[in-house]
Amino acid sequence: MKDYGASATPAETVQVATSGDVVTARQMVRTLAQRGGLGLVHQTKLVTAASELGRNMLVYGGGGVVRAAALSDAGRSGIYVEFRDEGPGIPDVELALTDGWTSGNGMGLGLSGARRLVDEFDIASGPEGTTVRIVKWAR
Amino acid sequence: MSDRVPVLKIGRVLLVSIQQDLEDQMVMDLQDDLSRRIVDTGAKGVVIDISALEIVDSFVGRMLADNASVSRLLGAETIVVGMRPAVAMTLVELGLSLKGVRTALNLERGLKLLRRLGTDPA
Amino acid sequence: MKCGNGGTSTPALKVRAGRQIEILGEDDVAIESSTRLLAEKLTAERETFLSQWVRTIGEDLQGRLSMAELGRELGELYEAILQALGTGGLDGRGERYGEVRSLLIELSRNRARQGFTPTETARSVFALKEVLEPSLTGDQEGARAYLQFARLLDDLGLLTTEAYVRTREEIISSQAEQLLELSTPVVKLWDGVVGVPLVGTLDSARTQVVMEKLLQTLVDSDSTQAIIDITGVPTVDTQVAQHLLKTVVAARMMGAQCTISGIRPQIAQTIVALGIEFGDIPTNASLADALRQAVAEVAKESENDARGLL
Repeated sequence: MKDYGASATPAETVQVATSGDVVTARQMVRTLAQRGGLGLVHQTKLVTAASELGRNMLVYGGGGVVRAAALSDAGRSGIYVEFRDEGPGIPDVELALTDGWTSGNGMGLGLSGARRLVDEFDIASGPEGTTVRIVKWAR
Repeated sequence: MSDRVPVLKIGRVLLVSIQQDLEDQMVMDLQDDLSRRIVDTGAKGVVIDISALEIVDSFVGRMLADNASVSRLLGAETIVVGMRPAVAMTLVELGLSLKGVRTALNLERGLKLLRRLGTDPA
Repeated sequence: MKCGNGGTSTPALKVRAGRQIEILGEDDVAIESSTRLLAEKLTAERETFLSQWVRTIGEDLQGRLSMAELGRELGELYEAILQALGTGGLDGRGERYGEVRSLLIELSRNRARQGFTPTETARSVFALKEVLEPSLTGDQEGARAYLQFARLLDDLGLLTTEAYVRTREEIISSQAEQLLELSTPVVKLWDGVVGVPLVGTLDSARTQVVMEKLLQTLVDSDSTQAIIDITGVPTVDTQVAQHLLKTVVAARMMGAQCTISGIRPQIAQTIVALGIEFGDIPTNASLADALRQAVAEVAKESENDARGLL
């Protein structure tokens, strides 16, 4: 995935430390998506993905920061969202992206499901933490 | 302490109308409340209205599926009503199909379906 | 960089060095004098240049555009360029050429809609070079001014091509959108039954629109039965089957039943040959059969409901 992080400005951020913060984060993403001209289905898919990834970050990464911004690239517009935690990292990213894989109490669709809901998906994980970046284009 | 979703009893049916964006803790509380109320009231049917929900992620999806199974074990049928089209399309993409969960377009149709299943709300 | 060997560096070479020329101190002076010379020339021989320009392009376009209209367009453009030169600028992408650029974009858009090629549009700009060439290339100062002006016009010509492409893209995407709307009419077939006849190839963008419309119609019309008729779909591959399956599952989660009808014999054979899993998608050979079944289903529901008070 192209690095959109720098071009996505101005960014809004939410610190996620409780499940209530996950709700705040997804509301922020929804507001941005509405303003960014995403259709209802695209909005719903993006917010659902943000909910999955926000929860993942809280449960496995011990919380972190969600950063979101409107994006414009090569004539397209969209929404960029970044989830960054300083948790222990995911030992096997490939495995974690497989349907049905879970180490916690979900349906094992968190990462793999979120990836299907967005247009671009990128994950970097190591002992210093995990960063997931997603983009949903307006059309 | 977070809010709880109210569980209303009408005849032999329990009615849950989710009106706000759910925090995970509320989802878990609701699951506990529902099974307790089914046992306490001897309810034969449960209707969960999600027409106000703008998103249903895998966590809420799992609650809906589990709740249907748990209720059935306790002798009550669960109907999930009012899922929005965008939510349904997102759930399919997410990989959830809510197999084993009965659904209806709206509350009225949900209550009718319960009666057809032999659980007269009255 | 400072041009230490200024003596050997001819103006032509500096022009070839491209835009960087503008950051060089001694060249600023050169540009200023060139700009002044150009502005003077263009003002003094306005009538001659303009009519010659119009004539050159008029021949090119061979009567596909009226001379009066062409004259008006080029006249406005000429004045705008002159004005920008007057403020001392030669950078076509700079602030001073805002007016010129918007005129050119407008011109390019019109030409695109009228069916002219991007080459023809760009040549309209380049032609001004030919017009100016004879009267400028007499002395060294004139030649330098001419080269700088040529570079400006090259840049402006490219701009028209960019605008042309953008206009065409806009036209294409708006047509695609209209087609999408036209090709997915969701209709009410019976009380409680809605249907959508699909015609043409299904891609994922289109399927998304169809799904969304169909599911929303179910909610709006309080219908529990949906029929997707694929009589007009030429081929069903794995991806199309996937899309249909997703629609059926989504409808089911909302509390409605969705049937696929109009599966022609060859398509049925393809589906089997490809080993596509249609799973538990309810199917019917004809729309008539699907409708009959859906109506029966609706009747059964309401018969049951009639016994109660609700």
